[in-house]
Amino acid sequence: MTQWLENLPNWQPYGDPTYFGYLLLGLIPIVIGLLYGRRFQVYEALFSFTFILLMFSGSKWVQFYALIGYIVWQLMLIFGYQHYRKKADQGWVFYSAIFLSILPLILVKIHPVFNHGKMSIIGFLGISYLTFKVVAMLMEMRDDVLKDLRVWPVTRFLLFMPTLSSGPIDRYRRFEADYTTAPERSVYLDYLQSATWNIMLGFFYKFIVAYYINLYLLIPFKHAALSQGGLFNLPTIGVMYAYGFYLFFDFAGYSLFAIAISKFMGINTPINFNKPFLAKNLKEFWNRWHMTLSFWFRDYVFMRFVLMMTRHKVFKNRNVTAGVAYMVNMLLMGFWHGLTWFYILYGFLHALGLIVNDWWLRQKKQKNRARKKAGLEPLPSNWFTNAVAIFITFNFTMFTFLVFSGFLNQLWHH
Amino acid sequence: MTEDMNVQAEVIAIIDDLFMEDVSDMMDEDLFDAGVLDSMAVVELVVALENKFAIKVPVSEMGRDDWNTADKIVEGVKELRNA
Repeated sequence: MTQWLENLPNWQPYGDPTYFGYLLLGLIPIVIGLLYGRRFQVYEALFSFTFILLMFSGSKWVQFYALIGYIVWQLMLIFGYQHYRKKADQGWVFYSAIFLSILPLILVKIHPVFNHGKMSIIGFLGISYLTFKVVAMLMEMRDDVLKDLRVWPVTRFLLFMPTLSSGPIDRYRRFEADYTTAPERSVYLDYLQSATWNIMLGFFYKFIVAYYINLYLLIPFKHAALSQGGLFNLPTIGVMYAYGFYLFFDFAGYSLFAIAISKFMGINTPINFNKPFLAKNLKEFWNRWHMTLSFWFRDYVFMRFVLMMTRHKVFKNRNVTAGVAYMVNMLLMGFWHGLTWFYILYGFLHALGLIVNDWWLRQKKQKNRARKKAGLEPLPSNWFTNAVAIFITFNFTMFTFLVFSGFLNQLWHH
Repeated sequence: MTEDMNVQAEVIAIIDDLFMEDVSDMMDEDLFDAGVLDSMAVVELVVALENKFAIKVPVSEMGRDDWNTADKIVEGVKELRNA
């Protein structure tokens, strides 16, 4: 088995145009079936399995076994917890289940720190995105809104090929509803149309815009910045903008592919980006940037943390509660990206930004209320104030992406 | 009927009390878009509603599609009370 796996070619998801050729070829039976309102479940499983296998074949064969082991581990946790949850609902059991489901990811994140950057053998491409799905399921099981799960549908949700490697992060109930009812023909035709458009736009984003930004801006700016050296220099500002745009076009392009292939399969995977650089404040930015990740953190970390603190009246002042919750939320997101100072600082800066943003919105609200009482017009809000707001938000987020890129680490330690 | 009217009046009063916003003339408006609610506020609202009506709101249900207007919140509370 191992030798066979090792001899297979390796195809990274959406890596190059030929990949799409094979993918679309494989999709034909699925598309025909869905046009007639039918899902060929066995074929779909084979199709997904083949492309997942090819993600982890060749020199990456170890990751294939890691994936299988990981899925078995998580299925055991999900169904073990489901069995328990039917009879009881104790906090420590729930928290243990959550801990055990995050454990593989924690090990994978910690391993390189103590092993000169070497990857852990239990890691594989997509492990963090799978962890998000499982943790959300366990939480909804505790809330009693997710029950009577069965092995096959859960496996099919976890191993949904188009989004396996890097999201968008879907939710079980939403996905399952899409899967069990094949879309009506008119809806499906709309899916096909938007999927075709998404693939074209994705090609433009990833293989043209991101590619050329990297080639003609990012790489030259990096060279210039590194040769000038020092703590900070002008080309580093070039790196900042070039990297921010590169990151957007590369990741948004990938997300469009994942959404498009999902739609061909009759699954309306949620979008990940909605014109993030037009956000007027940082809160709005997080409703537009890597949305499925940010919404995951909002729903499963921020809101639950606030709920716990509010119920137990930990802080008297609601603004303190919000501030602490922003810190926990964004730092956790920083740690999730990896255990390096720049990812953690990135999370910290965003938490700080959100706290300041909240403070500003409160000030504005209070001022406007006072003005209303005094019979005055509210503070001006026009194209100019909007432009200033967009400008400030854009530059703040670009700066945080420079931190996130790790380039400063390279500049200071090369 | 009077019971239902009470729920509506209470919800409006709680929102006014917590966020100093009168939503009585915008019962059908998206409260997130209007800047009345955000993730923080929705949790505070839920805790206040739970205390007031002796209900338990499942956290997973507090999504922006189900709890985004005053009308929907009133409906949600009524359903949970009858559950």
